[in-house]
Amino acid sequence: MKDKLIWLNKHFRREWQIYVMLLPVIIWFIVFLYKPMYGLQIAFKDYSIFRGIAGSPWAGFEHFYTLLDSDQFLRAVKNTFVISGLSLIFGFPVPIILALMFNEILHQGFKKTAQTIVYLPHFISTVIIAGIVITAFSPSSGVVNLLLSKLGIEPIYFLTKPEWFRPIFIGSGIWQEAGFSSIVFLAAIAGVSPTLYESAVVDGASRWQMIWKITLPAIMPTIIIMLIIRIGNLLEVGFELVILLYQPATYETSDIINTFIYRQGLQGGQYDLAAAAGLFNAVVAFVLVITANMIAKRYSKTSLW
Amino acid sequence: MANMNLYSRGDRLFVVANMVLVGLFTLSTLYPFIYIVSVSFSSGFAASAGQVVLTPIELTLAAYERVLSDARFWISYKNTFIFTIGGTLTSLLIIIPGAYALSRPQLIGRRFWNFFIAFTMWFNAGMIPFFLNMRDLGLLDSYFGIIIGFAVNAFNIILLRNFFESIPRSFEEAARMDGANEFQVLWKVYIPLSKPAIATITLFCIVSRWNGFFWAMVLLRDENKVPLQVYLRQIIVELTDDEEFVSATLSAVFSYETVSAAIIVCSIIPVLILYPFVQKYFNKGILLGGVKE
Repeated sequence: MKDKLIWLNKHFRREWQIYVMLLPVIIWFIVFLYKPMYGLQIAFKDYSIFRGIAGSPWAGFEHFYTLLDSDQFLRAVKNTFVISGLSLIFGFPVPIILALMFNEILHQGFKKTAQTIVYLPHFISTVIIAGIVITAFSPSSGVVNLLLSKLGIEPIYFLTKPEWFRPIFIGSGIWQEAGFSSIVFLAAIAGVSPTLYESAVVDGASRWQMIWKITLPAIMPTIIIMLIIRIGNLLEVGFELVILLYQPATYETSDIINTFIYRQGLQGGQYDLAAAAGLFNAVVAFVLVITANMIAKRYSKTSLW
Repeated sequence: MANMNLYSRGDRLFVVANMVLVGLFTLSTLYPFIYIVSVSFSSGFAASAGQVVLTPIELTLAAYERVLSDARFWISYKNTFIFTIGGTLTSLLIIIPGAYALSRPQLIGRRFWNFFIAFTMWFNAGMIPFFLNMRDLGLLDSYFGIIIGFAVNAFNIILLRNFFESIPRSFEEAARMDGANEFQVLWKVYIPLSKPAIATITLFCIVSRWNGFFWAMVLLRDENKVPLQVYLRQIIVELTDDEEFVSATLSAVFSYETVSAAIIVCSIIPVLILYPFVQKYFNKGILLGGVKE
């Protein structure tokens, strides 16, 4: 015990500098991320601003019962999974296909230019994406309705129609992220040994066959890892874009857990109920991420990657 | 792949079809930008009547004159610069030494501290407790609150820590011989060797600061403190519902549509200027290093 103390004393005297370097990070995490976790207890309390977090009386699981009885909350949970699931089904394959297509382009200048352009939307802010969507889909002045009218179709009030919310939301997500997400798959393709292709050419394989028989199997581990990560983040729907694009008329298909929390808590002042919804969200997300990580670890151990 | 010979007609057809498809995808990515630029340079009448498809109709700078003479536009632009520069510098000041400390094998409790940081990627208290915490800290409506409250995230620290760990210890031996302390070793050995990783994190910070809107909207009440994205949101999202505003601007030289398009263009320009640098650094190695974690 005493030896240990002496050793510690010596250690800190010699190495104090790295602890000074670490300190700001630790303080930051405690103040801005761990302290709110302590504040999460209001999910089990009747929170009053005047009494504060610690002083408010306990309410048990009351808020959770309220949530489970609330059609709005259940609808938000359902919408979160539906929007996320649909984005996964329609959005996940696009960057893979894009990466395969980029790889088949022989003209380097064309390839570089195309890549520069399709990566760009990733760096554009959500507000601008929403602005472009609102401008382009406007019933009176937008280009989409202009083109529809040329086809003899009456203007559609896209952003007030529940059935249009999801296609527009998922479509703009693909527009924004597909290009940038293809980088990971391109990197995986770059790692495929050229000798495989050379011997395939000798055997007279077509380019189409090489994609299916060589490239795709070679990047399959990456695809599976990315898929697992995506499923782990299933609850992460880009709620900023939802807040910008949804309206009461489309809540039925557009309202997700995070927008529900935002409306109830930050706009409506029902902090305790909204915190309960947030805790529900965080716990489900945690279970999903941990499960996905475990599967990914087990998978990548037995695979080449 | 690039210098591979094309053997069959089928292959040639395939290559051409592929190029056409990639070209179409690229054009459809580009089109919304072209459309917005064209709307911004069109007359208010043409834009609100929905005549713009590809090129500006009745070319005019009226929308830009309106935007650039708006005091709130300049105030919010200035605020965005404050948040971007102040926020990025604060992030680097905290993240770089922290990541370095976490990469040192002699750090006591290293495993624990790494877990302490990584845990926040998996579990998060959420929007409401974070907001109440900011309020209790007295950080509502303050520049400092926005700058410090979002300065650090686990991902950036882990990314940089991994990079520091990948640098062979032999690089620091000469500096150690000269009696350099930890700060000097970090400054003279590790930072110069980690330029690509630090550049990547800097760019992550700049982009997320420049584009950030949600918390700025929630935490800042004072109109003179909000950044460009919040101002943009007020113009684009809120005013579309405001019939009075829309009809007041209708059929003028500029309209609601052309003004919001012009603001969009003005706020994208700095991103476009920075973009070539961004692209240079988003090479596969660094991105993959992040993904693996």
